[in-house]
Amino acid sequence: MTSIRLAETPLLTYVLRRADDALVLGHRLSEWCGKAPLMEEEMALANMGLDLIGQARALYTYAGEVEAKGHDEDALAYLRDERAYRNLLLVEQPNGDFALTMVRQLLYAAFADPYWRAMMASRDATLAAIAAKAEKETAYHLRHSAEWVVRLGDGTAESHARIVRALEKLWPFTGELFETDDVEREMIAAGIAVDPAALRDTWRGTVSAVLARATLTMPEDGWMQSGGRGGRHSEHLGHLLAELQSMQRTIPGATW
Amino acid sequence: MYTQGLNQGPDAADRRIEDAALLQRFQERIDAEERIEPNDWMPEAYRRTLVRQISQHAHSEIIGMQPEGNWITRAPSLRRKAALLAKVQDECGHGLYLYAAAETLGVAREEMVEQLLAGKAKYSSIFNYPTLTWADIGAIGWLVDGAAIMNQIPLCRCSYGPYARAMIRVCKEESFHQRQGYEIMLTLCRGNGAQKEMAQDALNRWWWPCLMMFGPPDAASQHTDTSTRWKIKRFTNDELRQKFIDATVPQAHFLGLTVPDPDLRFDEATGHWAHGAIDWEEFRQVVAGNGPCNAQRMERRRRTEEDGAWVRDAARAFAEKEKSRHRAAA
Ligand SMILES: [Fe+2]
Ligand SMILES: [Fe+2]
Repeated sequence: MTSIRLAETPLLTYVLRRADDALVLGHRLSEWCGKAPLMEEEMALANMGLDLIGQARALYTYAGEVEAKGHDEDALAYLRDERAYRNLLLVEQPNGDFALTMVRQLLYAAFADPYWRAMMASRDATLAAIAAKAEKETAYHLRHSAEWVVRLGDGTAESHARIVRALEKLWPFTGELFETDDVEREMIAAGIAVDPAALRDTWRGTVSAVLARATLTMPEDGWMQSGGRGGRHSEHLGHLLAELQSMQRTIPGATW
Repeated sequence: MYTQGLNQGPDAADRRIEDAALLQRFQERIDAEERIEPNDWMPEAYRRTLVRQISQHAHSEIIGMQPEGNWITRAPSLRRKAALLAKVQDECGHGLYLYAAAETLGVAREEMVEQLLAGKAKYSSIFNYPTLTWADIGAIGWLVDGAAIMNQIPLCRCSYGPYARAMIRVCKEESFHQRQGYEIMLTLCRGNGAQKEMAQDALNRWWWPCLMMFGPPDAASQHTDTSTRWKIKRFTNDELRQKFIDATVPQAHFLGLTVPDPDLRFDEATGHWAHGAIDWEEFRQVVAGNGPCNAQRMERRRRTEEDGAWVRDAARAFAEKEKSRHRAAA
């Protein structure tokens, strides 16, 4: 099926960015199914993936209502191309080893948890309700990933080395968490969104406390990668979407 | 309560007499439909049979995650994606309860997993078939979970308490999976031509392997006699297979699908659907390791264990450090 094109308003773009974050990260976690290092961890990774896919569904459904052109959650998830996806580069990074997946989860959740908590006061009632649910879920993701980062950082020499490598690899994607642009600023001014830059200290505090417990040092901030919010992604997203969207593209217009 | 310790008298002759008495008492309890609990006396063969059956069942749940997991990243809608991920997660949970039930018989999960990885333990033959299209996910829920329910509902009354209780919980979830799978099939069958074709193709490929899930025909089955006496098994393989066919054929007809058995016909005299000959040679080959995916499934499981070893080592090392830190602080 040919891709849909949207006339993006600031609110629509804003909602799609959060929906895409949740779907792409949820999809990445779902890729772990059957491959987790412990059966108990199969359960936990699936739980987190399900939470995120649930958040994505609520956000896409709302985006469809905002757009009011009859696009449902599946049209928005399955029929937009890579360049129309608005997620953070951090969440599309491939799973790598378990250390990389847990560090990615920690870096995202340490931001998303206070973000959703602040969003519970949004003037947009739908977003405030989505935020209330997402905050509870993200608090668990933060606890779970922090526990693993501590265990792996303070585990064996090998697990420590793997965590260090994961941090180095993902750190350049953390600057994007706090970026604002015209869309964000308009939403912030309207009391619909919160300013991510205001959460930077909270995020640093959370991450540095976890890293200290994990016997790790906070990486230096160097060059930060950016572009996901504007649809300029890493090469990885295209493959993820090719897989995610394959059925809807092969047999277009069907009910599933 | 009788314990295992009673079974170790000093004199062999005394022990035989005592064993005979214990065995008689044990069979009386089974006959009275009492549940046997982990600390109760039980014959060694009863324990062995249960460990084999429960661990095979647990392995099946874990290996069974693979064919369905194959479609999580390609599920055609977000609702289906979430439902499939949750279903595969349920199967993992079933594996965990079942390993825990087997552990009450004195065998560690690690030991059972090792036997699986070493190729010494079996799992259900059905999971050695590939999932080629989305319709296979519908067919597995409808037919494979459906067949699992037929096998497992009588196990809710199994004489061994921990297994019976695990089965009650598992069966509730399996029947949810079965309805969900049927609903996927129904949606496909009410869909466009390509979808209907996909549904029929899935039924064609899964029907016979599902009939084989109940095991060899009664005439050729080894374990049925003692398992029946001990109320581990309450129906024979052929009885369960017939129940499954009788329940499933009308469902296939409702979907507008054709069951791939030209000899299938309703027998007015017996009130059952009579089926054509099952290719037991195919079953033997799959059980012997020659199914289309046996090698792939085992390789995946082994690789997962290997890839996760450093994580488990780290978790153990961290737990040790925590312990010594607590000791130092105390
Ligand atoms: Fe199951
Ligand atoms: Fe199931």
